[in-house]
Amino acid sequence: MHIPDGYLSPQTYVPLYGASIAFWAIALRKMKKELSTKHVPYIAMSAAFSFLIQMFNIPIPGGTTGHAVGAGIITLLLGPWTAVLSVSVVLIIQALVFGDGGITAIGANCFNMAVVMPFVSYWTFKLLAGGGTASRRRFVAAFLSGYLGLLLAAVATGVQFGIQPSIAHAPDGRPLYAPYPLSIALPAMAVEHLLLFCFLEGIITLLLFRYFVRHESSLVYALKGA
Amino acid sequence: MERFQRKLWVGLLILAVLTPIGIFLPEMFNAGDAWGEWGVETLEKLLGYVPEGLKQYADVWKAPIPDYNFGRDEASMGTQVLSYILSGIIGIVLVGLALVGISKFLVRHERHER
Repeated sequence: MHIPDGYLSPQTYVPLYGASIAFWAIALRKMKKELSTKHVPYIAMSAAFSFLIQMFNIPIPGGTTGHAVGAGIITLLLGPWTAVLSVSVVLIIQALVFGDGGITAIGANCFNMAVVMPFVSYWTFKLLAGGGTASRRRFVAAFLSGYLGLLLAAVATGVQFGIQPSIAHAPDGRPLYAPYPLSIALPAMAVEHLLLFCFLEGIITLLLFRYFVRHESSLVYALKGA
Repeated sequence: MERFQRKLWVGLLILAVLTPIGIFLPEMFNAGDAWGEWGVETLEKLLGYVPEGLKQYADVWKAPIPDYNFGRDEASMGTQVLSYILSGIIGIVLVGLALVGISKFLVRHERHER
């Protein structure tokens, strides 16, 4: 889901840089208010986890590959704003050091995986988990928060790919950037994720959520005020 | 360091050592690039041409460790696997340091203001 350089027109990547920068600014302000020293090692570990889990490329036999992102579980454990910052740092290092995702597309990739995903995960959990202590319901909510978070990130990415041909094309009608129209790009991104990669994200979110609820429940952001 | 945190770090290191699964699985199931992340040569094959704008931007950045690989594109499996694990470790050190740095700065800033 890491959009490389050249796939997005400036009309797309510049506004998405703007959107991501706005979210980074709010995230930093929120964290400044709420951050306690005790959380610092966990924030660092959350980014390390996201970095590593993205290295596990999962194949669709004979087709493409994809991976989990980890933003769902980071949101449940540390909150959506911490997830914004943590996953953004991961995506920026991936782009700068490893060429995974373009430099011009850092804003877009951060918007999809470090803004859309954490907030979809957050609201999914919030809406489905309920206030009570019914733990099975909470675990279902945790699974779906990972599943839907990644799915919407993939949909956002598919839309950004898909609108390119109508935004910019050469005089002969050939697209200048990402070549496939929405009718191909959106289903391609959505279907491979909803069939495979989102399940992986959901299961990871569920298992780690359960682990933390059992062993260090005072840390779990999503349980606060529940 | 707390025992619980130490346990988590050990878990992360184990995960780093296991990352080559992310190379082996796609190889085993004959899967290629992620959708929309094709290189210029692959696009040429898919479309019969390379979009003009894309061509201009494609090499705008030269990453020091492209594709988590220290070797060349055609590096042996052994090199790829070692590079991948090493990249994982470099990656977690870099993101870890960056976030500790940012967090420390935010905490200090906060105390200063109060």
